[in-house]
Amino acid sequence: MWPQLYHRSMKHIVKIMTLLVGISALWFGLLKTSMVPSSHTLLLPIYFIMCLGCYGLLMVGVGLMRFPTCPQEALLLQQDVIEAKGYLKQRGVDVGSE
Amino acid sequence: MAERNKYSIIIPTYNERLNIALVVFLVFKHLRDVDFEIIVVDDGSPDGTQEVVKQLQQVYGEDRILLRARPKKLGLGTAYSHGLKHASGNFVVIMDADLSHHPKYLPSFIKKQLETGASIVTGTRYVKGGGVHGWNLMRKLTSRGANVLAQTLLWPGVSDLTGSFRLYRKSVLEDIISSCVSKGYVFQMEMIVRASRKGYHIEEVPITFVDRVYGSSKLGGSEIVEYLKGLAYLLVTT
Repeated sequence: MWPQLYHRSMKHIVKIMTLLVGISALWFGLLKTSMVPSSHTLLLPIYFIMCLGCYGLLMVGVGLMRFPTCPQEALLLQQDVIEAKGYLKQRGVDVGSE
Repeated sequence: MAERNKYSIIIPTYNERLNIALVVFLVFKHLRDVDFEIIVVDDGSPDGTQEVVKQLQQVYGEDRILLRARPKKLGLGTAYSHGLKHASGNFVVIMDADLSHHPKYLPSFIKKQLETGASIVTGTRYVKGGGVHGWNLMRKLTSRGANVLAQTLLWPGVSDLTGSFRLYRKSVLEDIISSCVSKGYVFQMEMIVRASRKGYHIEEVPITFVDRVYGSSKLGGSEIVEYLKGLAYLLVTT
């Protein structure tokens, strides 16, 4: 059933909803069967959201640290601009100041 | 076996009098031995952009540079549609006129598409080999935060959602553009997300992005709100 449910023609929001419903069902199941003490189980959604938040912040932080920069590209671009202006000016294209 | 491919490069312009000349020069410099045309969609620039395009046509040929102007600013999405109508290639490249997209990457887009047979090749600034110059820490932070949020919510399958340096198979672009309604950079996001949902083969190539528009505060509170609204819209409708 699951592979068919996750067919690509299914709207993305529906996929997310089924995921949430599935997780909620798991959570209810845990509450009902009391395999784990219910005091712990009730807090699980809070833990889940906290973990999600931490994961998100971690991803942002790591991404920020590893953010690819290219200072040399600005220099190369300047050279390209000079070359372009020289070529075009000779051929009658107006490349005066903007 | 190798069909003759032609690439139509659509460049929307508004007040890019100098930059369009530089971009055209660089395209011709880096795309030797490639059959292409440049379609400039100018929205009635008051700074004389169209005059410069006509001068460029004298240098490079009116069959290589097409000027398809519009009377006033009518939006990016419609600029692409307008350019598409005049495109004679079987592939379409969209790029910005302000030199943040460097034409030197065009060969790598073409090569990637030929190697993989992809329907879309999108430039990404966020992988190794790519990069950004001219962004301060705040800008990088918001970009990264926005990206993480979009990845978590949308599972788009590409690393750079808001980028607008892309190569499309013409038929694919026509298909997607007809179903996109957003404006601005959310439009770029909508295009790539819809393409991903429809199962089109998408590849990425690293590109470098030099932001020359220093000091313009493009990220105020309203921009962020627009972004979040765009994300919510994409979450529900794609």
